[in-house]
Amino acid sequence: MRPLIHRRRDQSDPAPSRAAYRMTRLWLSPLFRRLVTAVMPAALVVGGAAAWITQPAQINMVKSWTGDILASVEARPEFQIRQMAVTGASPVLAEAIRERLSLEFPVSWFRLDPELLQASVAELDAVAQVQVSVELGGALRIAVREREPAVIWRRPFALEMLDATGHRIAYIDHRDGRPDLPLVTGTGADAAIPEALALIASAQPIQDRLRALTRRGERRWDVILDRDQVIRLPETGARQALERTLAIHAALDLLNRDVPVVDMRNPGRPTVRLGPGAMEYLRLTRTFEQGLASQ
Amino acid sequence: MMDVFETQRAMRQMRKAAMQRGVVAVLDMGTHQATCLILRFDGGDLPTVDGVGPMAGQSQFRVIGAATTRARGMRHGEISAMQETERAIRTVVQAAQKMAQVRADHAIVCFSGANPRSYGVTGEIDVTGQEVSESDVAAVLGSCDTPDIGGHRTILHAQPVNFALDYRSGLSDPRGQIGNTLTTDMHLLAVDRAVVQNILHCVKRCDLELAGLASSAYVAGISAMVEDEQKLGAACIDMGAGTTGISIFLRGHMIFADTVRIGGAHVTRDISKGLGIPLDLAERIKTLHGGLEATGRDDREMIPLTGETGDWEHDRREISRSELIGIMRPRVEEILEDVHARLEAAGFDHLPSQKIVLTGGASQVPGLSALATRMLGQQVRLGRPLRIQGMPQAAAGPGFAATVGLCLFAAHPQDECWDFDIETHRYPARSLRRAVRWFRDNW
Repeated sequence: MRPLIHRRRDQSDPAPSRAAYRMTRLWLSPLFRRLVTAVMPAALVVGGAAAWITQPAQINMVKSWTGDILASVEARPEFQIRQMAVTGASPVLAEAIRERLSLEFPVSWFRLDPELLQASVAELDAVAQVQVSVELGGALRIAVREREPAVIWRRPFALEMLDATGHRIAYIDHRDGRPDLPLVTGTGADAAIPEALALIASAQPIQDRLRALTRRGERRWDVILDRDQVIRLPETGARQALERTLAIHAALDLLNRDVPVVDMRNPGRPTVRLGPGAMEYLRLTRTFEQGLASQ
Repeated sequence: MMDVFETQRAMRQMRKAAMQRGVVAVLDMGTHQATCLILRFDGGDLPTVDGVGPMAGQSQFRVIGAATTRARGMRHGEISAMQETERAIRTVVQAAQKMAQVRADHAIVCFSGANPRSYGVTGEIDVTGQEVSESDVAAVLGSCDTPDIGGHRTILHAQPVNFALDYRSGLSDPRGQIGNTLTTDMHLLAVDRAVVQNILHCVKRCDLELAGLASSAYVAGISAMVEDEQKLGAACIDMGAGTTGISIFLRGHMIFADTVRIGGAHVTRDISKGLGIPLDLAERIKTLHGGLEATGRDDREMIPLTGETGDWEHDRREISRSELIGIMRPRVEEILEDVHARLEAAGFDHLPSQKIVLTGGASQVPGLSALATRMLGQQVRLGRPLRIQGMPQAAAGPGFAATVGLCLFAAHPQDECWDFDIETHRYPARSLRRAVRWFRDNW
């Protein structure tokens, strides 16, 4: 009989212990094996690298490395921009653009953001359209299309030059700069500049007498002529009303008479206000007619 | 009997699961050596070359790991020291796994001991002129009357070996045929329950799931006999170390199995006792110089009996080979006499063919075939197991007949009684009938 009392295992026993047997079987199971041979080392490497890299010293080191590399690339002559060309702008506007961008040349084009430059230049009032591009040989080209001034808008505190869409181009000090531009006044006039330009075009026959257009209540236009004559136009159909007035003028020589106000606001009933001289003449004429009648 | 069926059915499920996974361990728990093979089933990639048949179904699998070690704690094919046996199994399974580089979770085990005893039972049902269906087959198998095998015994194999429909017998598959009375002959193999339970426990302690259990006499017969012998009727004598298994096959089925509880280990012990030498040396002398037929030359062939006792005279003895034969031969004769008695008791004489195949480790002793011819009859041959794919050359001898047979058993198990759904057909019907009767009697 073999001894039943437990003793230390005989060293020559070839049988694996229960634990060793189980470990071998565990090691042979595919899932565990993949876990140990692939997943765990990968996790260790990634975890260790992450732990090392998140130390402040390492972060600084990596930052300085990347900074050095970036600087060395940026400093290469291939990426340098040495000058800037502004095309399509008046000298004043070109100067304004240079001042606004305030670039120190030479500069690497990694430091420049064409989108940002473009947006910055487009913010200028006088610029309608802008295209920023880097040309071969290290030049920054800024192609600008200026807004065309169409009218001058007199406001209570300033004079503004507007383009045909009503967008402001510049503040000006006095009208003498551009005497050829028509004048508009009144609050909210800039919102109706296309209509105003159409009215001015229609008023060609009385061009020499036209002084300004005035926006009334941000809804309709008055045409101001010299001798303080006013043609009041309706909200809708202003152009037709003006042409009708000019037709009356052509037939009856209306505007050369003592008529301070021609009121066309009601298209069915054009109204005129007589001046004091005309009123006196009318009264005299009526008295004379009444006298004739009473006789 | 039902709980046995449940266990066996659970094992069949486990086998199916193992097949699905594709790796199964085959464990031969012998008295002298424990062998583990790890089989990989890669789903029937049959060779497409002309003239190569399905090779008895063994082309489905391939041996990817094999290991053999000295058995420990086994006597007469039964476990006598559980811890030792467990260690032997661990050793052999671990070595085979190491060779295969695959973990085996399911094991199919064969053992030789536990006093197997055969019972032939018959069952009969009425099929009333209908076509025989699978449920009829299940019903006729279920109708077999269980013999009194004893409370401490359990059923290891229950194989239907013959079906008869009316007067026509010898049907291998009665399904689809029309008749009135369906009868079946079933071969039951009963073994000691405690032995089986020990083996179950031991395998479980090694973290393996048992996917099948077979008698080694049966599986040795599968591998050592060619198909014709199994068909025409033959007996396989598996001469192991602790037991000698006998299985008789007819028409491709095992119809009888038995064991003689004497084997090669007893020969070794006789040599050890007779010559006063240690068992290891006796085993070595038996393997190198053993024989059964003495000739004049054997008197001159001297075998040194080296020893380590310190007694100079004792350690330097010599015996002649004929003396060794004189020790071995009576024991082998005794084994063969017992085998002959068992065969006679089983009615082997009445079989159409009297072929006997000797296999197993102890059948390798020179001169056995002449001796067996004299004692058992003229048609004796020495059988070696089939060659299977991937099997190491060292494990190709007759000592591995049961192991190879177990591989074939794993790949193609014989239909057993529990493969058919018996209870599901019988139980509800019977209980329903019982309920109806109860209602009729009481209301």
